[in-house]
Amino acid sequence: MKTLFARRLPRQKSHAADPVGPREPAVAIRARGLTKDFGVGETRVQALRGTDLDVATGAITLLVGPSGCGKTTLVSIVAGLLDPTAGELHVLGKNLRQLSPAELVDFRAANIGFVFQQYNLLPSLTAAENASLPLLVSGSPRGEALRRTRAMLERVGLGAKADAYPAELSGGQQQRVAIARALVHEPRLLVCDEPTAALDAGAGQTVMELFQQVAVHPARAVVIVTHDNRILHYGQRIVHMSDGRIERVETNSDRHSGHEVKP
Amino acid sequence: MYWLALKMLTGDRVKFLGLIFGVTFSTFLMSQQVSVFIGIIARAGNQILDVRDASIWVMDPRVRHFDEAPGLPTGDLKRVQGVPGVEWAVHFYKGQMLARIGAGLPRNVILEAVDDTSLVGAPGEMIAGAVSDLGRPYAVIVDKAGYEYLWPGEPIELGREFEMNDRRAVLVGVCKASAPFVTLPVVFTRFSEALHYVPRQRNLMNYILAEVAPGEEPATVARRISAETGLLALTQQGFFWNTMRYVLGSTGIPVNFGITIALGFIVGVAVAGQTFYLFTLENLKHFGSLKAMGVNNRRLVGMILLQALAVGGMGFGLGIGLTAFFFQRTSQITHLAGLHLYWQAMAGCGAAVLVIVMLSSLLSIRRVLVLEPAIVFRGA
Repeated sequence: MKTLFARRLPRQKSHAADPVGPREPAVAIRARGLTKDFGVGETRVQALRGTDLDVATGAITLLVGPSGCGKTTLVSIVAGLLDPTAGELHVLGKNLRQLSPAELVDFRAANIGFVFQQYNLLPSLTAAENASLPLLVSGSPRGEALRRTRAMLERVGLGAKADAYPAELSGGQQQRVAIARALVHEPRLLVCDEPTAALDAGAGQTVMELFQQVAVHPARAVVIVTHDNRILHYGQRIVHMSDGRIERVETNSDRHSGHEVKP
Repeated sequence: MYWLALKMLTGDRVKFLGLIFGVTFSTFLMSQQVSVFIGIIARAGNQILDVRDASIWVMDPRVRHFDEAPGLPTGDLKRVQGVPGVEWAVHFYKGQMLARIGAGLPRNVILEAVDDTSLVGAPGEMIAGAVSDLGRPYAVIVDKAGYEYLWPGEPIELGREFEMNDRRAVLVGVCKASAPFVTLPVVFTRFSEALHYVPRQRNLMNYILAEVAPGEEPATVARRISAETGLLALTQQGFFWNTMRYVLGSTGIPVNFGITIALGFIVGVAVAGQTFYLFTLENLKHFGSLKAMGVNNRRLVGMILLQALAVGGMGFGLGIGLTAFFFQRTSQITHLAGLHLYWQAMAGCGAAVLVIVMLSSLLSIRRVLVLEPAIVFRGA
């Protein structure tokens, strides 16, 4: 039955086992003049107003700003979930605006991992089954997918909870399962939406440390949308947004030296 | 991804059971009512099918159904016997009588009188006594349901006596017979005895039963009889369906049953459809996540259809099981005897359930197809 729907995707090179070692950071996302309008006529809302953005691999980029400033819209567009109204967008070397809907689906499946604010774990699946979904979506055999998933759960410290259901896990543990799910197929871009918003301070710190230890890789870009000021120091690059535009971009060194960079 | 669809479906037990219940109830209501309907309508013609010795029924041309047959002159029997292709033809009477049981207790009965010599039209299967015992004076055979109606709660005892038209009748046998449209006892006797049981009338015979000669087609010979005698001659199946058509067209029974069956369908669509749609709505963020992860619309539609078919299959199986259980439990009840689950009802319900689950899943499919995967980033 599985083969009827299973769609085999080009197998991605395993970054975790990359024998070359650390590389020079590459540009994972390059956006120029992105705009996004919702609605028409008097109800038209401009969520993005000509946004330029560059995101490099090998680092955590935090996207911060007040509610309604366009962070979620921007991250949805760069993740290939939403079409921009205008502008250029290259992600991992692909011009997303030139991909057909089917190609975009394949692109997401092969290259992007997602971590959501509310984890979005299926309550009827175990931690291992939940985390194995991206592999199964890509057509991996179930046994192979579960084997790789258990290894990933070990890496996020949940090896012992592989057979637990989400209801049996704490919020922090559920988010770690979600991180395992986002990384299990070794994506080159990890997109996270408020991953610590539903967690207490301790669990939030743990999750961010996990991102640093497990997610950051020379060949992978990590973009995190957040409101949580307590985790800003985890970002190598902090993109401040306001009113549909990028207001300024900080790096860790800028923060320590008091400099800031205009986009 | 099929296992994922089924796990999603069974994950919320309450909704899952609600869905199964909706389809089960709908299936039970439809299959049970359709079967009872077919069974009751078929009863109108059961006595025709019970006569297995003759393939042609001849009657007055004005006859519309089995219970409405005026008498035929005796000479008509000779005319039918003389038609080429007719192997033999015998007289037959069917009517309704008032019998007096015990201390004058009146009971309506159906009287069927068969040819004295050949006993064509006599019951085919006996429970007590023998068909040949009809040859004895005053002899009658009563069907089992009729016996229980006339002498409720009493064991079968041959030799019992009762009266019809003030003439003694002696029970010589109890037979199996299909239940008639009205649940009256079916009493079999010889034609010569019936002449005394039935109040005097000019022509007692109201049917002629005929068999075709070897190599002849019943339908052809029936047409020939009609053409040569001016009487209405029908094959057994033809007469049965004429009677069915009359009952279907001239009574409120199809409307009554039709409304109940339609209600079953509507309840199925409403309960299953609403629950399934709610189930989809509650899982929308998961469908969104799957879309974000790279599950395309075709696979999502496949998952929803599988969920719908699984619910339909389980509900249908349980509903049909309940219907079969109902008929099994009621098979010993005299006035419900003979009603059973018809395969046609089962097949029809299967098709209806398929329509129900497909209609139920349509809204869900539409909702998932138009779902933007970006919904996953719009918070809880």
